[in-house]
Amino acid sequence: MDAFTSITSRTVVLPRSDIDTDQIIPARFLRTTSREGLGKQLFADWRYRADGSVNPDFVLNQPQAQGCQVLVAERNFGCGSSREHAPWALLDFGIRAVISTEFADIFRSNSLKNGLVPVIVDKETLAWLIANPGAEVTVDLTTRSLQLPNGEAVTFPIEPFARYCLMQGVDQLGYLLSKDAQISAFEQQRGAVSR
Amino acid sequence: MTHPKTLFQKVWERHEVVAQTADTPAVLYIDLHLIHEVTTPQAFDVLRERGLPVRRLDRTLGTMDHSTPTRTEQVFGGQPFTIESAAKQVKQLESNCAEFGVELLDLRSNLRGIVHVIGPELGATQPGKTIVCGDSHTSTHGAFGALAFGIGTTEVGHVLAAQCLLQSKPRTLAINVKGRLRPGVTAKDLVLAIIGKIGVGGGTGHVIEFRGEAIRALSMDERMTVCNMSIEAGARAGMIAPDETTFAYLKGRPRAPQGADWDAAVADWRTLATDDGAVFDREVVLDASQVEPMITWGTHPGMVAAISGTVPASSTDPVFGKALDYMGFAAGQKLAGSPINVVFVGSCTNSRLSDLRAAASILKGRRVADGVRMLVVPGSQQIKKQAEDEGLDRIFIEAGAQWRESGCSMCLGMNGDLVDKGQYSVSTSNRNFEGRQGVGARTLLASPLTAAASAVRGAICDPRELMQG
Repeated sequence: MDAFTSITSRTVVLPRSDIDTDQIIPARFLRTTSREGLGKQLFADWRYRADGSVNPDFVLNQPQAQGCQVLVAERNFGCGSSREHAPWALLDFGIRAVISTEFADIFRSNSLKNGLVPVIVDKETLAWLIANPGAEVTVDLTTRSLQLPNGEAVTFPIEPFARYCLMQGVDQLGYLLSKDAQISAFEQQRGAVSR
Repeated sequence: MTHPKTLFQKVWERHEVVAQTADTPAVLYIDLHLIHEVTTPQAFDVLRERGLPVRRLDRTLGTMDHSTPTRTEQVFGGQPFTIESAAKQVKQLESNCAEFGVELLDLRSNLRGIVHVIGPELGATQPGKTIVCGDSHTSTHGAFGALAFGIGTTEVGHVLAAQCLLQSKPRTLAINVKGRLRPGVTAKDLVLAIIGKIGVGGGTGHVIEFRGEAIRALSMDERMTVCNMSIEAGARAGMIAPDETTFAYLKGRPRAPQGADWDAAVADWRTLATDDGAVFDREVVLDASQVEPMITWGTHPGMVAAISGTVPASSTDPVFGKALDYMGFAAGQKLAGSPINVVFVGSCTNSRLSDLRAAASILKGRRVADGVRMLVVPGSQQIKKQAEDEGLDRIFIEAGAQWRESGCSMCLGMNGDLVDKGQYSVSTSNRNFEGRQGVGARTLLASPLTAAASAVRGAICDPRELMQG
């Protein structure tokens, strides 16, 4: 995955709470065996009309949204299923960070493993971002901060290990495999005492 | 005296290979990894790319459920799948399991079924285990006092390769349910009421422990329904302490411990319950005797009301208006009597034998209303057989419902079992998100009793109206 240190981008705003992964990518697109090319199916039922034509009213289809790397949405973004196709679709579309007050746990975990940064902000900051779509912001992992156009910066929480992996562009499996000796010792010890 | 601990803490601590530090997550050992066709192809690709084997084949079990057909002629008769990409995905799982040596309960296996139904049914799901699967409803297995949660495909790869996950310790939430459920009110109604109370994000970052008199009185099937929908409150997992009900369910199941091992296991499982005086990060109290049959009216499971009630007249929820537009409901509208088109009894939430019996108890000697399409999809092939041995299939078929082979089916329609645009579907599944059962489909989540009663009336119906005599 691509290393993430800092990105500066205009925002695209979805002023909606509880956006579930069935909206981010509907289940009929999960019959794939690849992780590539899911961007065209991102928010498919909102982006396209029943006849397959583009819905010009949906914000992601509007000219000002093109090239935006930061998505802003209201609370509990990514709730629902565990499908990793959700962050894959967002990334393939070009989104590198999502800003909300709250993320669903599995979506957040999946995002961190793919180079998509979930930025948790307070209600006031979110309200400002929702009221000002297209604002240019910087998501900076080195300082764990979101920089707003007025120069103000708000810090956001992110686990040190996940942040390290994102900044290095390394996946977490290598680290896990480096614990092989401990895992083997654990298995042996448990094998002796339990079923 | 050691410090009092919760059920969750005990299970977590037993599986810490490396404890969490300020800089690194815990390395948590996984006892049972369930896999299916939808969320594993890309994980097997990672193993191939890195030249890694599956670390513990004895702790990995595959089945197919999401994309599989439910029509008998397609499962057993050699007729092609409705959707080609679904067939391809199933083939991919077969070849991946064959290549890596993973046990697979395949399309024609009489042990196949929905992954969260067969784990318990086989006795592979046990108290104190850590259980994961690339599916959010893995929370179901928490009904046995296991720590069970859904993971993404990258993590599926981690577990295949290392039998471990990197995890930050979640917080704990006790949901104490006092009193008893009244007749006609089910575990599904209870969990919908819980989600209505704490909200779809109310459990985020937490593992829920369901406790109290009402929970203790539930059967294992009912406990699974409750834990299954923990994720719909945003919780990482839901758990219920194992007790005599749990042990009675597991005893004699093929993958449960046998003989002297059984006695040792039960003795150990008895130590798992939360200690007196253990502290939860949060606590919520509910009275089961106040719960009514519930039904959702909106586009997430927290948008729920008593069937005897109405769609709320107003709401502070910013998506309230959008949800009503999608559902074609008016604010303040009465729910009972509102017409429906489709009824689905099935899914990992409500497809077990007791659910089928409940639906059949309403349908017996009655007919599905004209113009209503009803699908009954058992959770596993074993449940299908048990239901047929009891004659439940005859009751459904004589009532005009369709009786199918097992699978996820119309819960999410990946196999082509879909609800048409604009149609109202009373469904015993777990998600009423926009488009979940088909583009433009309008899902109303409810219990099997309510689903069957609504099928008979052709409209949303309180099942208690059809339960007298």
